[in-house]
Amino acid sequence: MHQVESIQPEPAASAAPAKLGRAIVLTSGKGGVGKTTTTANLGTALARRGSSVVMIDADVGLRNLDIVLGLESRVTHHLLDVLEDRVTLDDALIADKHSENLFLLAAAQSREKDEVETSKMQALVSSLRERFDYVLIDCPAGIELGFRNAVAGADEAIVVCTPEVSAVRDVDRVVGLLGNRFRPQLVINRLRPQLVKKGKMLSVEDVNAILRLPLLGVLAEEPEIVVTTNRGEPLALHKNNATGAAYHAIAARLAGDDVPPPMPPAVKPTLFERIGSLVGRKRT
Amino acid sequence: MIEFLKRLFGHQGSSTTAKERLRLVLMTDHLELAPEMIEQMKRELVEVISRHVEVDRERIEVNFERQDRTLALLANIPIISVNRPNGKHEAAAASKPAKAESPKKAATGNGEAKPPTRKRRRRKKSGPQASTAPA
Amino acid sequence: MSARKIVLTSGKGGVGKTTTTANLGATLAKRGHRVILIDADIGLRNLDLVLGLEKRIVFDLVEVAEGRCQLRQALIKDKRFESLSILPAAQTREKDAITPEQFSAIVERAAEQADYVLIDSPAGIETGFRNAVAGASEAIVVTTPEVSSIRDADRVVGKIAADGKPMRLIVNRLRPEMVRSGDMLSVDDVCDVLSIELLGIVPDDEEVIDTTNRGEPLVLNDANRLRAIYDKIARRLEGELVPFTSFDGQGFLGRILDALKAG
Repeated sequence: MHQVESIQPEPAASAAPAKLGRAIVLTSGKGGVGKTTTTANLGTALARRGSSVVMIDADVGLRNLDIVLGLESRVTHHLLDVLEDRVTLDDALIADKHSENLFLLAAAQSREKDEVETSKMQALVSSLRERFDYVLIDCPAGIELGFRNAVAGADEAIVVCTPEVSAVRDVDRVVGLLGNRFRPQLVINRLRPQLVKKGKMLSVEDVNAILRLPLLGVLAEEPEIVVTTNRGEPLALHKNNATGAAYHAIAARLAGDDVPPPMPPAVKPTLFERIGSLVGRKRT
Repeated sequence: MIEFLKRLFGHQGSSTTAKERLRLVLMTDHLELAPEMIEQMKRELVEVISRHVEVDRERIEVNFERQDRTLALLANIPIISVNRPNGKHEAAAASKPAKAESPKKAATGNGEAKPPTRKRRRRKKSGPQASTAPA
Repeated sequence: MSARKIVLTSGKGGVGKTTTTANLGATLAKRGHRVILIDADIGLRNLDLVLGLEKRIVFDLVEVAEGRCQLRQALIKDKRFESLSILPAAQTREKDAITPEQFSAIVERAAEQADYVLIDSPAGIETGFRNAVAGASEAIVVTTPEVSSIRDADRVVGKIAADGKPMRLIVNRLRPEMVRSGDMLSVDDVCDVLSIELLGIVPDDEEVIDTTNRGEPLVLNDANRLRAIYDKIARRLEGELVPFTSFDGQGFLGRILDALKAG
């Protein structure tokens, strides 16, 4: 008769995630640098890799994650309905139109940020981590209660910055406020390589010389973003677009894949250069 | 020339889509911001209709529904009695729930059986084109 | 006579409130008015940076409110203009460090020594916004022709309308070539949706970033085409009826350029 050594049973592969999902807040301080766009696109890219993702719009009173995803007509319940126990999470979660395993928890439009209780927000994020591989929290602009609530349940942070002095200054402030709990990763958005070349815009190196953060991704200024927001179809749905592909690269890096480090996008030929080639072909 | 070709090949500018989505989302936002206005609208609606028919105030449902490219107000107002054309009241027979004929489902789609009265659903499109049909 | 007290606000961040405050203020100063700019974005101040005055800050808005200094000690005079001063925000405080009443009182004091007081509102619709609006008697709502900005602007318009303060609209960062190709909402589209009086249309301009980097408002550069645009806005603000620049139909060459740019 031998004693069978007790072994920890392996969790079944198809059981609920044995490990907790990652709760990541996307923040910046300055508004308009691309937090919401990045949340929508990163969520899309992660979902398309097979991860289960929930995105929370924490911008109570000024919701926009829904409209960027094209889901604005499907919002029936929102974050505060869940936090105040009026509806279940399942009732409030909205399935994305374009990607499987991607869900949205919309913000309340007619409420205020100070109506969100920090402890309840933390509890919500914790319970979402048990159900999803990724919980992405779209943080509002600013550094007040809205910001604090968005950060409350997160265990990781991505800071989004444009290569402009005001944005860099604000991110610097935010990184300070995030404190030791986080080691934020940086996404540089809306870079214009042409202007960097002319010395009229900060380069990636310039920005990171000040911020000194691990670089998660670099995205160029992309007019298509306006079009995709008009349509409510995240650009990450189009891998053949450079920026769409960049979002996928960010997702891969986030997931820990062995992906080359972010590179500033190539400088496109200038208008002048393109006219030159046009005029060169036919005589005026 | 290039724009013409784009249109010829069915490239609808995203700005048209954007404008429409924006219009609808703002209507929804405005409604969400004005629950008192909605309550008042419901009360006034009921008042107006009650001048012509007797309604079951307990069972009134008024909701907003996204339909395709519009937002619609859907009201389900059960009617208890209708005046005779010369002004006298018809007997109020429906105080007890009667047997179910095939009741038309309420626009909100909650499958409760309704008393078998003639249901009048009034559709209003919100927006400047809203017109109220006379009762 | 007391100054006109105007708040520049938007709801959405990053649409150009601070840049507009700086450039409009500078333009009004160039036109001979006494102008005071107040940065109401406590905690995330940027008006000083955009004007290149960040090294000259001694006192800030919150210290004035707390009585630790006089208003005139905190005001920084921009030496490039006859009469342009700024009152910087505090950087290490929060927006609730000041009440709407305190803020209004400071704006009033500023208004006694100026023709125009422009208040740069923070993003959002919370305390910072409320403070900024409390101090003003009129508003300029700034938006870009994008869905999220317009939606947030609508919210702000609703709130200010409830206060009964007159509002006018600046559509910022317009890209006429994208409007022409149907990829961006037009100024008309924006005005239809928001239904407030148009004050100005400002096209997107690459130079803005450079000027911000250097801390030199672009209206200092005669060659910059936006200078003329801000001048028109200033004149409209003064009450003059100035026709809006048309960004449609640049002619054949313009359309070729647009097509090439659009790719």
